[in-house]
Amino acid sequence: MSGTPVLEMRDVFLTYHPPEGPVPAVRGVNLSVGAGEVVGVAGESGCGKSTLISTVLRLFPTSAKVEGEVLVDGENVFDMKWNRMRAVRWGEAAVVFQGALHSLNPIQRIGKQLAEPIMIHDKGASEASAMKRVRELLEQVNLPARHANAYPHQLSGGQKQRVMIALALTCDPKVLLCDEPTTALDVMVQAQILDLLKGIARDRSMGMVIISHDLSVLSTNCDRIAIMYAGRIVEQGDALDLFEHPAHPYTRALMGAFPTIGDETSRYAPSGLPGDPPFPGDLPSGCSFHPRCPRATEECKSIDVQLEPVGPSRKAACIHVMEGAGTV
Amino acid sequence: MAQINPSNIESLDLARKGEVQRRPSRVAGLSRFTGRRLLTGLGTLAFVLVVNFFIFQLLPGDPLARYKGAREISAEDLQKLREELDAPIWEQFFNYLKDPLQLDSFSTIQGKHVWDVIWAALPWTLCLLGTATIMATIIGIWIGIRAGWKRGSRFDRVSTGVTLFLYATPEFWLGLILILLFSTGVWIFPGIFPSSSAIDAGVSPGSLEGIISIAYHTILPAAALAAVYLADYSLIMRASMVDELGQDYLTTARAKGLMDRAIRRNHAVPNASLPTITLIFLNIGFVIGGAITVETVFSYPGLGLLTWDAIQNQDLPLLQALFLLFSVSVIVFNILADIAIAIVDPRIRV
Amino acid sequence: MTTETAEPVTRSPRAIAWSRRRTSTARFLRNFASYRTGMFGVGILVFFVLVALTAPLIFPVRLLNPNLNLDNESLCHPSWDFYYWLGCDDLGRSVMAELAWGARPSLIVGITASIIAMVIGTLVGIASGHFRGLFGGSMERLTDWFLVLPFVPLVIVLQAVLGQTSIWVTVLVLGITSWPGTARLVRAQTLSVEARPYIERAKVLGNSDWAQMTHHVLPNVMPLVIANTTLTVAIVVLSMTTLAFLGLFDDSIPTSAFEVGGISWGGMLDAADGSGAALLGAWWFLIPPGLCVIAVVLAFTLIGRTLEIVLNPRLGSD
Repeated sequence: MSGTPVLEMRDVFLTYHPPEGPVPAVRGVNLSVGAGEVVGVAGESGCGKSTLISTVLRLFPTSAKVEGEVLVDGENVFDMKWNRMRAVRWGEAAVVFQGALHSLNPIQRIGKQLAEPIMIHDKGASEASAMKRVRELLEQVNLPARHANAYPHQLSGGQKQRVMIALALTCDPKVLLCDEPTTALDVMVQAQILDLLKGIARDRSMGMVIISHDLSVLSTNCDRIAIMYAGRIVEQGDALDLFEHPAHPYTRALMGAFPTIGDETSRYAPSGLPGDPPFPGDLPSGCSFHPRCPRATEECKSIDVQLEPVGPSRKAACIHVMEGAGTV
Repeated sequence: MAQINPSNIESLDLARKGEVQRRPSRVAGLSRFTGRRLLTGLGTLAFVLVVNFFIFQLLPGDPLARYKGAREISAEDLQKLREELDAPIWEQFFNYLKDPLQLDSFSTIQGKHVWDVIWAALPWTLCLLGTATIMATIIGIWIGIRAGWKRGSRFDRVSTGVTLFLYATPEFWLGLILILLFSTGVWIFPGIFPSSSAIDAGVSPGSLEGIISIAYHTILPAAALAAVYLADYSLIMRASMVDELGQDYLTTARAKGLMDRAIRRNHAVPNASLPTITLIFLNIGFVIGGAITVETVFSYPGLGLLTWDAIQNQDLPLLQALFLLFSVSVIVFNILADIAIAIVDPRIRV
Repeated sequence: MTTETAEPVTRSPRAIAWSRRRTSTARFLRNFASYRTGMFGVGILVFFVLVALTAPLIFPVRLLNPNLNLDNESLCHPSWDFYYWLGCDDLGRSVMAELAWGARPSLIVGITASIIAMVIGTLVGIASGHFRGLFGGSMERLTDWFLVLPFVPLVIVLQAVLGQTSIWVTVLVLGITSWPGTARLVRAQTLSVEARPYIERAKVLGNSDWAQMTHHVLPNVMPLVIANTTLTVAIVVLSMTTLAFLGLFDDSIPTSAFEVGGISWGGMLDAADGSGAALLGAWWFLIPPGLCVIAVVLAFTLIGRTLEIVLNPRLGSD
């Protein structure tokens, strides 16, 4: 990582305000991504990872309140006027949405939807030049150019995901945010998509964030990984290292726990994690993981633990791990 | 045989799903679809013919007197008519099927051929209903889009209240109120519009004076009809828009940097319009038979008033013809509705 | 409640099912009550039901007999006299009295005809959705064909055929012409319910057609049918008003407190039209009956829409 990060989040908070009462979805996240770097964000449903992505392009509802800063190439997104915001959307940062869902307009041809951001962001573009670029983009994601005439329902899940990737690349953004890019895809197709994304990040020096609930997807494709729980990052560090030597009890549980040789306490950790993640509107006191944590003690209920360094280039938010060396 | 490796697994998948449909094949599919729909329509028409025949047999009274009606008729024709009506019912039905349009039948009240009478009234109905439908469609859809897009806003709450009110309103009552306000004139309302007939007496419909007179006479009844129709369109359009609001592709559109108006116009509205298109076609089919009350209130010489007169005077041949006409128009527009939606929605397989 | 939790084993499955139905009904009612528009509709409905029930007490039946009101001038203006707050109709009768009595046929025809339509529609709908092959197909065809018949002319002709001496003729006519909409809805629901996996299991376990339709499909379909029927009442009331306006409704003069036909809001509007009330500016005879129709139709529409929302939260608030 060299130079200024293309994406930087500083103390980001986001609270939804539905009629039933405030729901803090993101509670103090710090994350930075450099050019050419791939950062993975892992966590169960409801931990706030999708909300985190929505802060970058301000796609959250107007009733939600945000604090902190999100800097795209040094510019704070929360301070921008809407004209600038719309230019930044797709032009500087783009999101790869889940292709399997209805992320594409069902009654419009793929080509037209791909050409749309080109026509918006490049005022001088003619329709012909836009369509030429569309065909180039389709080729870059290994799709035959004739798919530009297809409708979304005519494509398979994997093909739609490639279209979403091509769509995100139309305006050459500096930051690419991938929201569950491989969910609902077959394993072989998953591998292809991830290879594609990795190649894109390297070749174009983009900063990339990949969100997934599946750690195995992230482990070999990311440089760094952040684990999210209840709106906070509870562990962060080098991908392979974190995978082999998880520090935070939640990370360990996510790994699926075969017992680590020499570690007696890991025998007590169940291979599945009991219970559900807490509802963001109704969080436990102290460390939000303590109701499900196999290592929880009395102190855990009262100390609102933050991310602290736990070893070289590793941080974790757990009082038990902080005390000694980072790995066991 | 192509070598199977990860990069071409998906192309094989596409081959299995079926090639991306090219334009020519969809046009061919649409003609086949239309053909199939026409066949179904013919089946429905057969049912209508059966009902049309038998239901009028049930009317009480002397059929001979009804069929003879007000016209002069020779003794031998009368005898022929009597024989026809005394024949067993299956024979009568068979004869009916030979000529369902009954091109020779006479209207009993007017002494003219049934279809001549209908032909004279048809343009007025089209004028009235055309105006009403166009107004209702434009206004209703506009309200529905705006109310649905800005759901919960003051415009939404007020317009939904107003449209629900109009939905519950009997159109003939609205017509009477309009006459009270704008024809008779009470309080501050001017009484400047005529309350009956479609055109001033003695004025030629083709002239400029005639066109103005027609417009003057049509505006109140058309407004009464339009107000009630637009409620339906507006409520459906609003519901469709609200359905679309939650869809993911709108988030994609926002993320691309589109302005609100462009998202609404290019993405939300086209998708939300699909159910409304069906409704508009279906409604046109039904309105032809449904303007009876308004035409009665305004003495507007269209098919509705004709139907009313036919009922009052037990003009059997005319009623039968009108019934058939109304049913056929519903069938035709049902078919058009299905075809229209198949053209516009690429997801429908033809 | 306490005995149940202490001895769960002794309760029969039927008893458990019934107590669950009670709690879910209570929950449903609470949910419904939270929607203001729906409760507003219920309020209007309750008001008109009370009016229909108490009409003879507040407005004695003699007010409706033209022969007993010959002293009043035709279309007399509103005055301070309670019975004549809204003046007289073209025969000198109290408009207020007519409005009150007019609530009866609207509610009775509306509700009974809709129930008939609901029964027919549900039967045809479930049959056409459940049975494959000739029987089911013909049920489906029947529904589509009935939808094509022009409603107003058909109703008018049927009414003319069957005569207009009784309110129950109108109930019958409207009942047998309003079922196709319900049938179509029920058919779609039946198809969707029967596609669920547990139905397959039931079939394999040897459920008869009848058992499957009554035990599985019917309970799933009923909530939507109730919502749809409520909306049907609104349409039936409007149709009935149209029929009365065209003079095709019972127009006898009530002579006792238990009669329900005779005076209807649509009939009042017919008289208003015929006597030229609009041209004479007699707004007191013209406006109130229409407003009453709108109120009742609106009430059922609001209740029906709220039922739909409560049964399908995805529709959201409006």
